[in-house]
Amino acid sequence: MPLLSVRNLQTRFATDRGIVRAVNGVSFDLEEGEVLGLVGESGSGKSVTALSIMRLVPEPPGKVTADSLTLEGTDLLRLSEADAREIRGSRMAMIFQDPMRSLNPVLTIGRQLTEVLRRHQKLSGTAARRRAIELLETVGIPMAEKRLAAYPHQFSGGMRQRVMIAIALSCNPRLLIADEATTALDVTIQAQIIDLVKRLQRERGTSVIWISHDLGVVAGLCDRVNVMYAGNVVETAPIRELFHRPSHGYTLGLMGSTPRVDGSGTARLTPIEGMPPNLIDPIPLCPFLPRCRVSVPACQARPPERREFGVGHWASCLADLAK
Amino acid sequence: MAVVQPSSPATPYRITGSFVLAARQFPRHRAAMVGLVLLVLICLAAALAPWIAPYDPVQIKLSAKLKPPSFEHLLGTDHFGRDVFSRLIYGGRTSLSVGVLVVVFAFVLGVPLGLASGYFGGRIDNLLMRLVDAFLTFPPLLLAVALVGLLGPDIQNVMLALGLVQAPVLARIVRGSTLAVREDVYVTAARALGAGPARIVLSHILRNVMSPIVVQLTIVFSAAVVAEASLSFLGFGTQPPQPSWGRDMSEARRFLGDAPWMFMAPTGIIMLCVLSINFLGDGLRDALDPRAWRTRRQLSKGEG
Amino acid sequence: MSTLLEVEDLDVHYGRPGAPGSVKAVDGVSFTVERGRTLGLVGESGCGKSTTGYAILQLVRPSGGRVLFDGTDLCTLDKASLRRMRRKLQIIFQDAHASLNPRMPIGDLVGEALDIHGLYPGAKRAKRIRELLDMVGMAGHLIERYPHELSGGQAQRIAICRALAVEPELIVCDEPVSALDVSIQAQIVNLLQDLQQRLGLAYIFISHDLSVVRHVSDDIAVMYLGKIVERAGKHEIYDAPAHPYTKSLMSAVPVPDPDIEARRQRIILKGDLPDPAHPPSGCRFRTRCPIAIDECAKVEPLQHPLAPGHWAKCIRL
Ligand SMILES: Nc1ncnc2c1ncn2[C@@H]1O[C@H](COP(=O)(O)OP(=O)(O)OP(=O)(O)O)[C@@H](O)[C@H]1O
Ligand SMILES: Nc1ncnc2c1ncn2[C@@H]1O[C@H](COP(=O)(O)OP(=O)(O)OP(=O)(O)O)[C@@H](O)[C@H]1O
Ligand SMILES: [Mg+2]
Ligand SMILES: [Mg+2]
Repeated sequence: MPLLSVRNLQTRFATDRGIVRAVNGVSFDLEEGEVLGLVGESGSGKSVTALSIMRLVPEPPGKVTADSLTLEGTDLLRLSEADAREIRGSRMAMIFQDPMRSLNPVLTIGRQLTEVLRRHQKLSGTAARRRAIELLETVGIPMAEKRLAAYPHQFSGGMRQRVMIAIALSCNPRLLIADEATTALDVTIQAQIIDLVKRLQRERGTSVIWISHDLGVVAGLCDRVNVMYAGNVVETAPIRELFHRPSHGYTLGLMGSTPRVDGSGTARLTPIEGMPPNLIDPIPLCPFLPRCRVSVPACQARPPERREFGVGHWASCLADLAK
Repeated sequence: MAVVQPSSPATPYRITGSFVLAARQFPRHRAAMVGLVLLVLICLAAALAPWIAPYDPVQIKLSAKLKPPSFEHLLGTDHFGRDVFSRLIYGGRTSLSVGVLVVVFAFVLGVPLGLASGYFGGRIDNLLMRLVDAFLTFPPLLLAVALVGLLGPDIQNVMLALGLVQAPVLARIVRGSTLAVREDVYVTAARALGAGPARIVLSHILRNVMSPIVVQLTIVFSAAVVAEASLSFLGFGTQPPQPSWGRDMSEARRFLGDAPWMFMAPTGIIMLCVLSINFLGDGLRDALDPRAWRTRRQLSKGEG
Repeated sequence: MSTLLEVEDLDVHYGRPGAPGSVKAVDGVSFTVERGRTLGLVGESGCGKSTTGYAILQLVRPSGGRVLFDGTDLCTLDKASLRRMRRKLQIIFQDAHASLNPRMPIGDLVGEALDIHGLYPGAKRAKRIRELLDMVGMAGHLIERYPHELSGGQAQRIAICRALAVEPELIVCDEPVSALDVSIQAQIVNLLQDLQQRLGLAYIFISHDLSVVRHVSDDIAVMYLGKIVERAGKHEIYDAPAHPYTKSLMSAVPVPDPDIEARRQRIILKGDLPDPAHPPSGCRFRTRCPIAIDECAKVEPLQHPLAPGHWAKCIRL
């Protein structure tokens, strides 16, 4: 049984301009110890997918529905708000792009860490403190004991992100969702954080959903990737498959747009022209069609169906890109 | 070139300036239009007072004193038997011109001061703000009284004094906003383009500090109308029996129990004016701020 | 090929030098930019890239050094001559949206650039504005739009358009694509490259993303804590990085290829960027450097030439 199973997840938001279909029928499984990448352009629904799984979508204006959404057999959609909070503190955890906004600026790092430990792990004061120091050392913060008394603004961006990871790990979650966790950081710091996540995943067998728009980060970290566009997963594949045989026009477009540090540095980029569709109007055909460079006549006639391209590799694309 | 989209269509687009675009927005603000219409009506009434007012506003007729509203006297009469309605119409001449002129005076004096102080900073700022601080340490009414005492008690001097009292407040507000806006990236961008201080201040900073200015000016207007009353009461400004809203209002307080209409009429009209001015200010502020425009043009961009 | 810009020993302080809390954000930076070519400036957040760009345009006044543009030292120009000179050097800001006055429609934003320098007066103005918008791939009907109505990519195009309006020879591009999605990023990168070819522009391209910098630049300067630590051509920087910081930077940049990623040896640096107000003595990188020795704390490394146009500042070379 997979750790997390998502079937036909739909998340909508009521706005004064109409219903925004932010996530529109996403299905996937996440195995024990697997690192799944979620890539796609801004607004493609990556964060909303994550928030829906975490039961953090504000309702209203949001509305989350799914055929099934289970974590280790627990139906997440049926949980009461209190039970959802309990699960968020114990079996799944999430870290965000902006650690400054997720940390309380007027409380010390130590206070914020021990509070979580006392609430969820029911640890006593001194035990929580000891565990907090241990956690900070795990995520590579030197002189952890002294740092407990520091405030978030005294930490650099990379260190704040480590604290967030420490808080997320405090409950030994089975599932860790990282939403653009390194996007705001410098590459050298990003490398440190990725190294840390890899190590934790290896040592603890945590499953990870890694959200990023950077194909490079995903290539180095993930086992499998879901490519999202306009609220749909348009392609999913094991990591090497995806890069060797991209099978959706959008995946191909993303790869053509990404400059490579190891490239010749002279080849021209092939950008994806235009803009993503607005998610209010219904999209009858392939949502990527207006921007697609490889569309075939059939694309104009019917919406694309899921096609299998290999083991665990499928894409909703009518063009044959293998050639 | 791959990235260049279809070139400009055959029909050339006119380029409409930002002020025209803003002016087009103003009539769409319903409350502001209501405010404008009301204000125009009140002003017209004041301007045409000799033709509209049913009675002479200063004629005393003790036999008809403290009469409640009737068909004869729409808003009743006061303790000298004068027609309250007529006094209201005539009083508008003083009160409105005090309000408007004080607003204009505060704007003309306060805004450039605040802009210069905030933008240039340093010595100029120090000097100007010390001056402003000195002004602000006095209670405003006392200061106005002192100024009128110095200049002589007539209505022009009252306006001048009230303007002088209000200008430093406005200058301080403008300076504060200017200090914040000055650091905005688009100001640096204008400098990078080679814009001189005049252009930067007038076309970038002033535009972006208009909202607090408009808000403050609506406050100045109301304050001026009321202050004129207090000054008149103290014997400066409008001399009895000349009508003025503020004056009549403070006089009517003595008769609140016997003749509430005497009090309610000037109070009501002052409130109506202030309300209209506020609506007008809102509309002006929104018209000057593209982000507040109602009719969003359909965009070809995605969500978020 | 001729030299367009020569920066010599540029120093920039924020706060009075020596005062507590003052930062020497740029410390003895020198480089040249050739006509029609691109110099890439990379480095971590806070290392002084933007400040260098600002100082070249005299948007912050340098506290030392010279900025020779076409032979004229910009640091010594009076205000009026500097304003005229600004036509020749332009800048695209890190945050495109913030660099556009929210109360001005696009037509005015671009038009203002023309008005300031008295270019295309009268009837020619509107035509020129449309030409310029066309040049950056913006449809003419956007002319009455306001900045908040634009997407990130569109705002960036307008910023580029406004810079082009005054017909500059050099544009400092400060992280022009960092805030954009990859697909839009590629559009802007291509646009900048096309414009360079068409108009013979020189660029200083500032970014923390080495992949992008390498893609657009001819030469690359790597900055660390206010100093340039290595300067190389785009090929050397990848094939033969010399400075340990450059090496770790290169190794940290993710490559979108799982096979390469699986094989790569990362040099993971210890710790964070030190506080710029109190930089380490000697070599500034030594606190995080994997090959630092005691000597590094004592001497300030000098330029170590490696090949024509390629040098690094490290005593271990
Ligand atoms: N509370 C909300 N109300 C209305 N619409 C929302 C809300 N939250 C998200 N959306 C919309 O849902 C869509 C998906 O947003 P989401 O944040 O998941 O994108 P994303 O893929 O994470 O993008 P990014 O890379 O920018 O973080 C967007 O169009 C967004 O505008
Ligand atoms: N206005 C200012 N006043 C004081 N210090 C400043 C100011 N602007 C920048 N600094 C400091 O100068 C140093 C260099 O800043 P700069 O903005 O040039 O860095 P950068 O390389 O452009 O970084 P980023 O990649 O984050 O844009 C930093 O330590 C910063 O804190
Ligand atoms: Mg997101
Ligand atoms: Mg910068």
